[in-house]
Amino acid sequence: MKSADRPLSPHLQVYRWQLTSVLSILHRATGVVLSAGTILLVWWLVAAASGPDAYDGVQDFLGSWIGLLLLFGWTVSLFYHLCNGIRHLVWDTGHALDLRSTYTGGWIVVGATAVLTLVAWIVGISRWVS
Amino acid sequence: MRSPLGRAVGLGSAKEGVEHWWAQRLTAIALVPLSLWFVSAIIGIAGADLETMQNWIGLPLPAILLVLLLIATFYHLSLGLQVVIEDYVHTDLAKLGLIIIVRLLSFGFAVAGVFAVVSIALGPTS
Repeated sequence: MKSADRPLSPHLQVYRWQLTSVLSILHRATGVVLSAGTILLVWWLVAAASGPDAYDGVQDFLGSWIGLLLLFGWTVSLFYHLCNGIRHLVWDTGHALDLRSTYTGGWIVVGATAVLTLVAWIVGISRWVS
Repeated sequence: MRSPLGRAVGLGSAKEGVEHWWAQRLTAIALVPLSLWFVSAIIGIAGADLETMQNWIGLPLPAILLVLLLIATFYHLSLGLQVVIEDYVHTDLAKLGLIIIVRLLSFGFAVAGVFAVVSIALGPTS
């Protein structure tokens, strides 16, 4: 049998979208996004250590619309990865692995991510404005 | 055929056991309180001027927690990115090269971040 004729694992596109698989790939995607986002954190810290000129540069960037967009993406990713990470840690103990629990936990993660992101930005903006 | 002892000691072609898995979980557990603290603290001082920010970073508790956050974050992300690379990159040379780049950059950024926090906490501000 030629190698090309070997049975392959099923292609992703034959599957219907499901909450469980979407959340699974989102965990990985947000992890990659957060990895890139740490560069922003280190840049900010190094600028704060360097002096006023460097610090003003970072603050201007973070306050611009693209900076705020990146910060928003970073907070959504962080809260999602955090909540779903806790879901993973529960699974690691051998609990909540049945189909019903994976869906219940998944929706809890989606809800918690939305609530935490909204609270963080509402408090952040109200502090910023006042 | 290999003896059960030989299998356990030799660890097969992976050459390692549960260290990666365990370190990923340990850093994940550490990052739950650390990242929640970081986000709430940053919201509290968002938009502050440099002097306020330096004074805050230089306080013992924020300085210690920031260093812990940086170490746990970069350890955790280098382990995570390694798994992503191992899953999607199938040529040995590219896989090895990318893992080396991720490891070196993670270490470099972690050192840069820790140095920045320590220099603000200990040094005179410029």
